[in-house]
Amino acid sequence: MGESTTRGALTEAVYYILLSLFEPMHGYGIIQNVERLSGGRVSLGAGTLYGALSTLLEKGWISPAGGSGRRKEYQITALGKEIVQTEIARLDELLQNGRNIAGGKLA
Amino acid sequence: MKNVIRKLFFNYEKEEKWLNEMAAQGKALIKYTWCRYEFEDTPKGEYIYRVVLLDKQASHSESQKYIQFVEETGAEYVASYLRWVYFRKKAADGPFELHSDIDSKLRHYKKVQAAMTTAALINFATGILCIRFFFPQADVPYTAADTAFGVVGVCLLVFSVILFSLGAPIRKSVRRLAKEKEIHES
Repeated sequence: MGESTTRGALTEAVYYILLSLFEPMHGYGIIQNVERLSGGRVSLGAGTLYGALSTLLEKGWISPAGGSGRRKEYQITALGKEIVQTEIARLDELLQNGRNIAGGKLA
Repeated sequence: MKNVIRKLFFNYEKEEKWLNEMAAQGKALIKYTWCRYEFEDTPKGEYIYRVVLLDKQASHSESQKYIQFVEETGAEYVASYLRWVYFRKKAADGPFELHSDIDSKLRHYKKVQAAMTTAALINFATGILCIRFFFPQADVPYTAADTAFGVVGVCLLVFSVILFSLGAPIRKSVRRLAKEKEIHES
């Protein structure tokens, strides 16, 4: 694989898709879950989600999860979880610097 | 009642806008073949339409996978033509966008741009080929067919220039989004 840790920032869509797939889920389930997680702010387009899922499958960050009936389900892999952890550390740094310098509710 | 409207679009965004205006008036697209739109009567504004260009012909298995995926998210496949696919979704089910971040919007615009440029180039190349017949070769008598080829050739060249200029709005959108992408992702 050669890229177990990523240095680049994840897109918001990819970050929320990966978080959703800690539970096996099909496409429409992901869209609904991301909408719920973001309080209605992020509404994933089906085309955008389709492209992201193909890329994540290729990278081995998610894998097919059998699925109930006709709809394909996906779940996060160990590598995907690692990527999420790296991203959380990166976001932590962003937040801390932001609060230290620009201030904020929790500063 | 069947409503058929014959219309030719060179700009898919204008086409999509028109389909949504029709749907707002209670005329919902149910069938499309080249330049022929067939509508059904529905309550006003029942559907939102989206037009999308795929990588492969709509009948290709990869495209079928995409179409099935989109349908599983509550949209309905309406029609297709070559690589173009028409979807609709009930407006009551909320907003309907296929692309929700700049990256995928940009990728789609670039695909449309490439398709239009290719069409213009094919017309241009065919035009040049036709015009070559127009010029008499040594020892070959000049015929009416040569003139016909010349006329067709010039028409194709003009059409290729028109096609290329019709791609301007798409190229503008690509530049705008590429710039926007430097600071935002959605």
